[in-house]
Amino acid sequence: MRYIRPLSIEDASGLLAGSTGTAAILAGGSDLLVRMKGGFVEPDLIVDIKAIEGLSEIRETSEGFSIGAAVPCAVLGESKALKKAWPGVVEAANLIGSKQVQGRCTIVGNLCNASPAADSVPALVAAGAKAVVVGPGGRRTIAVEAVPTGPGKTSLAKGEIIEAILLDKRPPRSGDAYLRFIPRTEMDIAVVSAGVNLTLDEQGVVRVARVAVGAAAPTVLLVDEAAEVLIGSKLDEATLERLAKVCSGACRPIDDKRGTVEFRRKVAGVLAKRAATTAYARAGGK
Amino acid sequence: MAGVAVSTTINGDNVEYLCQPDETLLDVLRDRLGLTGAKEGCGTGDCGACSIILDDRLVCSCLVLGAEAEGRRVETIEGMAHGDRLHPLQQKFLEHAALQCGICTPGFLMAAKDLLAKNPDPTEEEIRFGLAGNLCRCTGYDKIVRAVQDAANVMKGA
Repeated sequence: MRYIRPLSIEDASGLLAGSTGTAAILAGGSDLLVRMKGGFVEPDLIVDIKAIEGLSEIRETSEGFSIGAAVPCAVLGESKALKKAWPGVVEAANLIGSKQVQGRCTIVGNLCNASPAADSVPALVAAGAKAVVVGPGGRRTIAVEAVPTGPGKTSLAKGEIIEAILLDKRPPRSGDAYLRFIPRTEMDIAVVSAGVNLTLDEQGVVRVARVAVGAAAPTVLLVDEAAEVLIGSKLDEATLERLAKVCSGACRPIDDKRGTVEFRRKVAGVLAKRAATTAYARAGGK
Repeated sequence: MAGVAVSTTINGDNVEYLCQPDETLLDVLRDRLGLTGAKEGCGTGDCGACSIILDDRLVCSCLVLGAEAEGRRVETIEGMAHGDRLHPLQQKFLEHAALQCGICTPGFLMAAKDLLAKNPDPTEEEIRFGLAGNLCRCTGYDKIVRAVQDAANVMKGA
């Protein structure tokens, strides 16, 4: 096995593209080292991306935020500007693991690990976040929901690395929220989850909405029909009931030790309602 | 397999070592450097017994490669006391009998040190959340929480 710490993203991409055996990208390592320890993966090459300039920074630009691929989730929680603009994304990222894991884990790692139950992903999908992908063919920007294709699988080609996650600048009267169900108070994997992102008009009517449900299908679901239910409403009780019904209906969950199909369907709707209510309040809606 | 040459700082001392590319920092500390305070409980980042502070961040050393420590600053439990003078957290853990078998204790002390450095006056709830990444199967946690509260009071007065 080789361990290499390149200084540029192009070098990192070149190393991955030129590798013959199993290659792995190392940022926080909170998934990779666990899989190595368990014998699930034996990389021939580990490319540590933390020495690449800019990858450990959150940059605020005129268009919004660019979160580098090596930024630990704890740093997201310490960024007042990011927390103010995207509280739902930050609360989701800060739910991953313990203090110890927070100091290492990254949202790009969470995305590329491609677990259907990844906490930060529904919040990012609801936020309309984009991923900047660098590979042998150059740089491209894709929607976050286009990255995972199934449990443990992504659409990234050999040699491709996600350099950063982009979040838009917030229009006035916007808010987002993420909620998950776990059977304890923390340090657990989502049984089911929901992220909601809203922008209201001056009268408090929802004008833009995105709703995502996690741990209820092989990938996080962007539920367009749920967004349509919310748009034009002021989140009255009847709208929230319809939202819950649509989200429950969109689920294609599995039965496992953490929850049954029936339970996940039901709770997806409940969480979507509650997350929508929180997002609405954060957007200044009454 | 070629070794990786690493130059780092551990508890204020410059340290150089050779390690294998897939070797964890925990294994390097324990097996190469003789710093056996950090313990391997689970090896998968769940129990916190191997907690150390890396560039001011609390991490599980079982989830860090030895090679990653290059040019960074590592703090372990061995650097907590000054000679014979215990850190207030260590003193209060003794006074409150906040340990039984002791395996989790170095990890708890490092996590508590990191917690108090960032939040010198934590509530009981903040202590419990802050230490949720450290498992103890002996004490039931209450004595640990009380020891941290007491140490926080002492450190504030210092």
